[in-house]
Amino acid sequence: MPEINNFTMNFGPQHPSAHGVLRLVLELDGEVIERADPHIGLLHRATEKLAENKTYLQNLPYMDRLDYVSMMCNEHAYCLAVEKLLGLEVPRRAQYIRTLFDEITRILNHLLWLGAYALDVGAMSVFLYCFREREDLMDVYEAVSGARMHAAYYRPGGVYRDLPAQMPQYAASPYRDARRLDELNANRQGTVLDFIEDFTRRFPGYVDEYETLLTDNRIWKQRTVGIGVVDSERAVQLGFTGPMLRASGVAWDLRRTQPYAAYADLDFEIPVGSTGDCYDRYLVRVAEMRQSNRIIAQCVNWLRQNPGPVITDNFKVAAPPREEMKGSMEALIHHFKLFSEGMSVPAGEVYTAVEAPKGEFGIYMISDGANKPYRMKIRAPGFSHLAAMDEMAKGHMIADVVAILSTMDIVFGEIDR
Amino acid sequence: MTDALENLRQILSAKLGDTLRDARIDREELTVEITLEGFHAACLCLRDDPACRFDMLIDVCGVDYSEYGDGAWEGPRFAVVYHLLSLPHRQRIRLRIFADTELPIVPSVVDVWAAANWFERETFDLYGILFDGHPDLRRILTDYGFVGYPFRKDFPLVGTVEMRYDPDQGRVIYEPTRTEERVVVPRIIRAEEEGRYNARNQ
Repeated sequence: MPEINNFTMNFGPQHPSAHGVLRLVLELDGEVIERADPHIGLLHRATEKLAENKTYLQNLPYMDRLDYVSMMCNEHAYCLAVEKLLGLEVPRRAQYIRTLFDEITRILNHLLWLGAYALDVGAMSVFLYCFREREDLMDVYEAVSGARMHAAYYRPGGVYRDLPAQMPQYAASPYRDARRLDELNANRQGTVLDFIEDFTRRFPGYVDEYETLLTDNRIWKQRTVGIGVVDSERAVQLGFTGPMLRASGVAWDLRRTQPYAAYADLDFEIPVGSTGDCYDRYLVRVAEMRQSNRIIAQCVNWLRQNPGPVITDNFKVAAPPREEMKGSMEALIHHFKLFSEGMSVPAGEVYTAVEAPKGEFGIYMISDGANKPYRMKIRAPGFSHLAAMDEMAKGHMIADVVAILSTMDIVFGEIDR
Repeated sequence: MTDALENLRQILSAKLGDTLRDARIDREELTVEITLEGFHAACLCLRDDPACRFDMLIDVCGVDYSEYGDGAWEGPRFAVVYHLLSLPHRQRIRLRIFADTELPIVPSVVDVWAAANWFERETFDLYGILFDGHPDLRRILTDYGFVGYPFRKDFPLVGTVEMRYDPDQGRVIYEPTRTEERVVVPRIIRAEEEGRYNARNQ
């Protein structure tokens, strides 16, 4: 009788399915997981400590770099916290623009997740399709902020500027002929809103394509059904939020239960799963993409009809318009003070949360009346999810670890902070 | 919303009695301060009582109050802040307990909410606050073999060590950091002026 020993295996930190830098120490009995111990912190940049040494406006771009696939949702939580401390009201149009971009961000995030998940489980082509659609949405990001990922577009008091009147177009280049150029620019003739509307008309068809590839695929089901099951009671106990919680059958979505921005006025549904396995989480996220598409269409419609200011006219918080600075001494002083000393925020403490694509993303901020936060705590959804790794992986095979890890939608920017 | 919070505040005052040191509503958020001794029992009550039902632990974090208001702080230095969420009642609450300055130890709530496990490890790692009863209190975010508690206010922003590859020894070594701390915008607390930062569009 040969002697069989348990052995320990290192998964990562340089593993293509580790979604960045995760070192997972697995204790194995043959091929069965006995204990999974994630070692995190390899991307720890002490964002919260840095925030204590930066003014409120300087901190904003750090938010993009937390969860770097759902950039604007992070900014949203931060802006809500500062606005709540200041007691500031945000113009209605800015709230709709924020809602629009939150949902664009959600689709961006879920597309990356879907592509990466399919790749981890073994389906190659979905990734390519997902990135095709991400490209269009990245262009929208670029059109409004100049950056494809780290936008810094939301500001305390509103958004940096109104949606541009002209959607940027592809320029001529030696690599594409005139016919190809016309094809690429066909839906970019109008405004940014026209382009987004065109996208919302195309997108449901694309989601159908992904579903054709995956939803009834036998191999896909064998790899995901019944893997990493978490029941509703346990999901609440473990602090799950977002699609992870909803797939376990709890209908909890901050957009509905504690509405912020313009969500109270919009019509959308909350997809809820039943079994809480990897397959359900896949179905919930795909359904969420369809709902986000609906919300985007409604926002586009509203934004077309309601022009107006997009940032507060309180110049202690947001800079005055550039034209005004040319002639007005007061405006010039406001601008100078805002970008040198920064704004002072009344003493107090607030916690604000948004329904980020991964779950509840929250900012707990303590101010002592200075021009910098006294303490800022970032509540990242992925942190609680990854903490449950041991429980979810126990008893599964090594191959399932990859499926479970990926289903959590792990991004180390937010977990390590 | 505020009515419901006021209602909850009164229920808590009645239920927790002396354990409750302070309960106040500010900016539509209820903050409850609890004594160290009665904290664990109060958590169980908050989770299980039908009027509370705070079934989800959202967040745990440490706070170092030593430089609050540039020296205006008089209470204990360390606090642990918990954010709870009640799914049935759609309510949030914030709990705060203060720990001893010399040897900060607070009771662990891992047996009340399983989600507390990593959050408490993080608080221990960054602030050096110990959690009595935690099953596995290891560092989580900082490097293996890290010395010090980086989020305390007396820990320098640039850190204490830096790492480089030493070709002579053929391995990665740690040295005292040579980076100098640089403050571009100083921290300023403005004297209160009536309504100066009241939003104009309110």
